[in-house]
Amino acid sequence: MNTWIAIGATAVGCYLAKYLGLLAPSGLLELPLVKRLATLLPVALLAALTAQQTFGDGSHLLLDAKAAGVAAAAVALVLRAPFLLVIAVAVAVTAGVRALGG
Amino acid sequence: MAEQTEISRAEPAAPPGRPVPGPAGTGDPARPDSAVIRDALGVGVAVGLSGFAFGVTSVGAGIGLLQTCALSLLVFTGASQFALVGALAAGGSPLTAAAGAFFLGTRNAFYGLRLSALLGHRPAVRPLAAHWIIDETAAVTLAQPDRRSARLGFTVTGLTLYLLWNLTTLAGALGAGALGDTGAWGLDAAGPAVFLALLAPMLKSSAERATAGLAVLLAMVTLPLLPTGVPVLLSALAAPAVLVARGRRDRTRGRAHDNGAGPKDPEENRT
Repeated sequence: MNTWIAIGATAVGCYLAKYLGLLAPSGLLELPLVKRLATLLPVALLAALTAQQTFGDGSHLLLDAKAAGVAAAAVALVLRAPFLLVIAVAVAVTAGVRALGG
Repeated sequence: MAEQTEISRAEPAAPPGRPVPGPAGTGDPARPDSAVIRDALGVGVAVGLSGFAFGVTSVGAGIGLLQTCALSLLVFTGASQFALVGALAAGGSPLTAAAGAFFLGTRNAFYGLRLSALLGHRPAVRPLAAHWIIDETAAVTLAQPDRRSARLGFTVTGLTLYLLWNLTTLAGALGAGALGDTGAWGLDAAGPAVFLALLAPMLKSSAERATAGLAVLLAMVTLPLLPTGVPVLLSALAAPAVLVARGRRDRTRGRAHDNGAGPKDPEENRT
């Protein structure tokens, strides 16, 4: 039930964000503060999510095979690998390190 | 399906490795429909396929098949979906998890802001078009030179993505069961890798890098201290914090140069 509540809240919230953007006066985007926050907010969230899902285990920090996989993904990104390849590298390296007992 | 919000740029930043629509907005006023459709299909196919990773991740995280498909059908913005699933799997409360997903989804509002004038949809069409306003449709649409191409690009990208994203989510969700322990396959690394791949092209200037660094620090330090999901929300404060810090620094620097006529924000004109 809790999951459905979360899904419902996310669906409604995300839809409203999309729809309100279409309705809002276009001058809003010209405000420098709005523009810069709009650029930086997803940067902050994505960075935190990457770190949390790589090193977080519930409320503990954990260094395991996943960290190796994500590090490999970072290397792939630096080498300008395509999106799907980056994900594949992360998954394959994580699985490989785990198979080796990491 | 999800990436950056480069609102300040004429062309949205390129998703990593995805076919990016050429620098259309320049020059040629009448773009052939076939070129628009090719761009749109390319982006749609490449990204739609990552729905498979979402399906596998979601079911692997203990979310049901029906719930996983409902997310792709109803939320339809990838980063938010991955974030929600990750937060629920970590044991976060439903509303904290939803809040994190929602904050990630707010960037779509900024796309809508830019797309509404370009698409010029009738008010009756807008509620429907709204559901398809995501990173990729914005990237394709904003690259078109005129309204006709913009509408075509938006519709083809939106339709391709919506179909593929939902079909591959279903396939991934069904496949997860056959895979058994998703951890052994390393599939728990797909989520963070997706976030990293979305983040990487955004780290263009020092403001973005400072924000990312501060956000990671905030999330890691508060992770053991605060309820699950809250650290990520808290880390969003890195964005205003960096803006305030840079504003202050630039003001000080302006005074040091005694006329204060220098550019207020050194990043502002860098695109």
